[in-house]
Amino acid sequence: MLWEVDVHLRDAAGDHAARALVAGATELGIGGCTQARTAAGWLIEGDLSRAEVERLAAAVLTDPVTETFTVGEAGDPMLVASQPGGPPEGSLATAASLPTVLHVLPRAGVTDPAAETALEACGLLGLRPSAVRSVRKYWLPALERAEADRLAWKLLASEAIHDVVIGPLPLRTLAGGRPWTFSQETVRLAGLEDAALEKLSRDRCLALSAAELRAVRDHFQTLGRDPLEIELETIAQTWSEHCCHKTLGSPIDHVGPDGAVRYDNLLKETVFASTRKVREQLGAQDWCVSVFRDNSGVVRFDGDNDICVKVETHNHPSAIEPYGGAATGLGGVIRDVLGTGLGAKPIANLDVFCVGRPDTPAADLPPGVIHPRRLLAGVVAGVRDYGNRMGIPTIAGAVVFDPGYIGNPLVFCGTVGIMPRNSADAAVQPGDLVVVAGGRTGRDGIHGATFSSVELSSDSENQSGGSVQIGHAIHEKMLLEFVLEASRQRLFHAITDCGAGGLSSAVGEMAATLGADVDLDRVPLKYDGLSATEAWISEAQERMVLAVPPADWEKLSRIAADEGVEATAIGTFTGSGRLVLRWQGRTAGELDCHFLHEGRPRRRLTSRYVPPATAPAGWTLHEDESLVDCLLDVLAAPDVASKEHIIRQYDHEVQGCSIVKPLLGPGAGPADGTVIRGVLGRDRGIVLGVGLRHRLGLLDPYQMAAGGIVEAMANVIAAGADPARIALLDNFCWGDCRREESLGTLVEACRACHDMAVAFAAPFVSGKDSLNNVFAWTDAAGKHHERSIPPTLLATAMGQVENVLRTVTPDLKQSGNRLAILGLSRGELAGSQLELVGRVHGGRVPQVDTTACRGVFAAVAAAQRAGLVAACHDCSDGGLLAAVAEMAIAGGSAARITLADVPMQCGGSAGNDSALQRDLMIAFTETPGRFVCEVPAALADRFADHMSKTDCVPWAWIGTVVAGDRLEIVSTAGSATTVPVASLARAWRGGA
Amino acid sequence: MLSPRAMILRAPGTNCDHETAHAFERAGAIARRVHVHALARKPSLADDFQILCIPGGFSYGDDIASGRIFALELKSRLADSLSRFRDRGGLILGICNGFQVLLQTGLLLADERSGAARASLAHNTSGMFVDRWVSLRAAPGRCVFLQDMDRFELPVAHGEGRFVTRSPEDFSALDTAGQLVLRYAADASGASSNPNGATGDVAGVCDETGRIFGLMPHPERFIDAVQHPAWSGRLDPTAAGAGMLVFANAVKAVS
Repeated sequence: MLWEVDVHLRDAAGDHAARALVAGATELGIGGCTQARTAAGWLIEGDLSRAEVERLAAAVLTDPVTETFTVGEAGDPMLVASQPGGPPEGSLATAASLPTVLHVLPRAGVTDPAAETALEACGLLGLRPSAVRSVRKYWLPALERAEADRLAWKLLASEAIHDVVIGPLPLRTLAGGRPWTFSQETVRLAGLEDAALEKLSRDRCLALSAAELRAVRDHFQTLGRDPLEIELETIAQTWSEHCCHKTLGSPIDHVGPDGAVRYDNLLKETVFASTRKVREQLGAQDWCVSVFRDNSGVVRFDGDNDICVKVETHNHPSAIEPYGGAATGLGGVIRDVLGTGLGAKPIANLDVFCVGRPDTPAADLPPGVIHPRRLLAGVVAGVRDYGNRMGIPTIAGAVVFDPGYIGNPLVFCGTVGIMPRNSADAAVQPGDLVVVAGGRTGRDGIHGATFSSVELSSDSENQSGGSVQIGHAIHEKMLLEFVLEASRQRLFHAITDCGAGGLSSAVGEMAATLGADVDLDRVPLKYDGLSATEAWISEAQERMVLAVPPADWEKLSRIAADEGVEATAIGTFTGSGRLVLRWQGRTAGELDCHFLHEGRPRRRLTSRYVPPATAPAGWTLHEDESLVDCLLDVLAAPDVASKEHIIRQYDHEVQGCSIVKPLLGPGAGPADGTVIRGVLGRDRGIVLGVGLRHRLGLLDPYQMAAGGIVEAMANVIAAGADPARIALLDNFCWGDCRREESLGTLVEACRACHDMAVAFAAPFVSGKDSLNNVFAWTDAAGKHHERSIPPTLLATAMGQVENVLRTVTPDLKQSGNRLAILGLSRGELAGSQLELVGRVHGGRVPQVDTTACRGVFAAVAAAQRAGLVAACHDCSDGGLLAAVAEMAIAGGSAARITLADVPMQCGGSAGNDSALQRDLMIAFTETPGRFVCEVPAALADRFADHMSKTDCVPWAWIGTVVAGDRLEIVSTAGSATTVPVASLARAWRGGA
Repeated sequence: MLSPRAMILRAPGTNCDHETAHAFERAGAIARRVHVHALARKPSLADDFQILCIPGGFSYGDDIASGRIFALELKSRLADSLSRFRDRGGLILGICNGFQVLLQTGLLLADERSGAARASLAHNTSGMFVDRWVSLRAAPGRCVFLQDMDRFELPVAHGEGRFVTRSPEDFSALDTAGQLVLRYAADASGASSNPNGATGDVAGVCDETGRIFGLMPHPERFIDAVQHPAWSGRLDPTAAGAGMLVFANAVKAVS
């Protein structure tokens, strides 16, 4: 029997989903949709009586104070009656007739966390339904079918994961598939040449090149056979761009502005090499513990603990299904940290999104593309619902808006973890059991790894349904508790997460040298019908693989049971050097580990970088425009404007360690780096910052990367990080790197990473790349288009503060205090916010002067250590004036600054600037590596004295904190203009 | 004198257990995190404790409604153990998700005759989860946890925290009985800091004895001055935060 329970709100006024639906319909221009009602529906199948279902509805599904329910057999016309919830209660106004009923439900096989919870709860009542599925129900006024369809797919459902049913639900059973019967498919490669191999790769969604498939073909030829499907799939997963640095690790012949360079392995010779050099220089003082070899980078923290950090991207899945894509992106990086060494405890998350501009007209979007506003709302909700449920504070991040990300948004998720010292090294031992723990395996995310290595097209929404996963945060939270307890008791030798490629990658990686025998029929399944191959490559979420000594298995399983986690031994790490896959005792596939991990042919690539022509800054000021007009526009610009509506949706204070919050001061202004205690009750802290100069990506990829790194470092240094203890992460997101020009910009960015890391003695400890971020579509006229993202490096800095009680924040503190700028300003407006708001175009790209930056970093840190700084903010987007405005907003304080006092090395313009243009140049140039410091009046002389002893750091007093409520700006010509701080705050808050 | 013992009861999805235990320890208690499955297996575990705290989080994911399944688990497997704990004078504190659990189990504000819930915590009027700081005003009366507390700030972080009662009469009755002990107040600018649309600005309630207390704000997130968003340069960084007194009061009451 299939029952349906609909849960209705007693008070229609509290129906937010209905309100949002009506607003959305209006926005879509669907007329007549002025009212709506919604209900949470539940489909419950099993041998249950109506009374039992009613008991379940009353005890589990309904809040007696705020909700009512109706119960019916599926198909009962009462369930789609035009007046939902039966006759209205009490004084509740009667809803108009709402005859259109719309159901949105997860597709069969898609993870349905609410239904899983409901099923578990049934057990507490002694009820045993066979299946439960959740449904969202909507009642609407009479609508044309096509309109209802459009409304459903635009506002309520995602094609990747949902079914929409308009009218009565035709379902009569939720029953799944039947058990799979063993079979083997041989894939014929013998005799195939390049064209046929490429077609085979495309048809099977393998993302392997002809050269790679030739290597596979030849390998199997030596064995005298063709590969089985499961073997070929394993190779495709292992060799995917997602699982190994296929492009970055390649030999490359590069021709750049400085001539030709030959790399044998780009990544090794740039990023890795810089880390090696830094560590060598540090010698005995080396504070790196485990870099570029585990799931995250590990560094020393205090006498008892190490900390680790990782940032991942989840771009392709988020483009198709923003909510699920972002949530599982975060879930994945949390597992990366949990799966580092012998397990680390995740203590902070960060997230960065790059999307199209929020005001993009819908008509300008290529077909199949989700509007940037809806996309952003979806990814924020995904991070919110996953991160908040995990109980990990989301403390840092950024959102930037650029047309280049339409169709190809970037979603970065990062996690910081803490682990006891001496637990970073893990090694599988022969004889260890292969244990899979956590969620069950379904068809979720089949081909995610290979999918993320191919370009998106307007049709990807349809091809890739299987590659989108839905997360179940509580399963991951339970898994986390289990892993941390098992780790505390040292019950496993190694651990890794099941991410891209599923078990095939996780077990494959752990067995890379030893080999393993795996019984795939023992993998716990969500439902019957998965083949051995599907169970092996499924990317079902919330799973980890552990190498468990047989002697510890019993203890480990007891902990799993205590935490309600399923842990299953599915095989053994052997020492044979072979990966043997079995199904009910029969061999389903067998691979040589050496070939699997070392057999990928490396191809020599060529790249080229020719700097684009530059032009002096050209001014496009409107008539009668003032400095203040520009400031208000810059503060309201989407990249600069307050992200409060996002930040407040994230729990950034859970775990109780938050010290410097993302919004701070009496005026809730923006932070630079955010600070947490590493351990409850201890004063040593961790500070996180990010840097992203994507607007320079096409102008100068080297300076884009260098500027991003300096920005990330400046953020953490402003918040008190010791410049000698900053760990960096790189996340490269690029367009089509098969093009020499794209690859050329990537090489330039890698060079910058190397140079910055060495110059600042700040080692890279981990990183990730996501290449081929290209969106292709055919327009109505049949013309083919392709759009690549701008070359984008996200730099993340993880710093350490000795004592969190002494951290300095950017909010202005006290009238009478002096304001100083540290660092030389140059006229560098290319890619600036001033350019973005249309006041200037072209000009010089902001250049990183590493020697100058190093000096400024040291001076800021020393002044803070000496207790001479009351507030500190780095100048980044919007330059000096935006920085001062943000400090005033945060502090709810007034200030006066004099532009003529700013140490300025002019340049970058044609030289005949007007007075206003000169002021704008000083106020808004985005020269990297500058800080504004508030210095207590009584300490001003000591501060000046301190600065005079530093290694020629250009600095100057530029103003004071004053009483009142206005920001006063004195121009270079000596005239003063003022603007209320409240107006600045309004502009900053009113942005996107 | 032995330190009082506080049980921090957790379920799958509980996530404020460590910092809540830490706050109790700072207040002088011995705090132990106990999984609800472990307690269900051995209900007598509760006999060793004087304080029971259900901390914040998303128990069982809150996929159906916040606190619902955790409450069902307590009602179906631990009802006797909990009433015994209450009847021998144990203190019970529910924070955020724990408050939701206390209302749903009927330990707080249940109708005396029918046992039905008289109040609930519904979705915020904004329809969204919100993490922000709020100004609060306490009218402690009998509530042991709020003794000597008047006006203070704490952070909230929830999506379902809007206090609603079954009827206006229920609200008046609870108000008259002095059980609506904690309310959102105006902030420094004079604006209401009610973050969720709660009826009567109610942020926390206690039972008739004042020994069972539930609240939406998180006192465990403000036990140090440096947890305040505007502490730097304004508050003594070594001072305690306002939330500390909630734990200190509890410890004092059972010492």
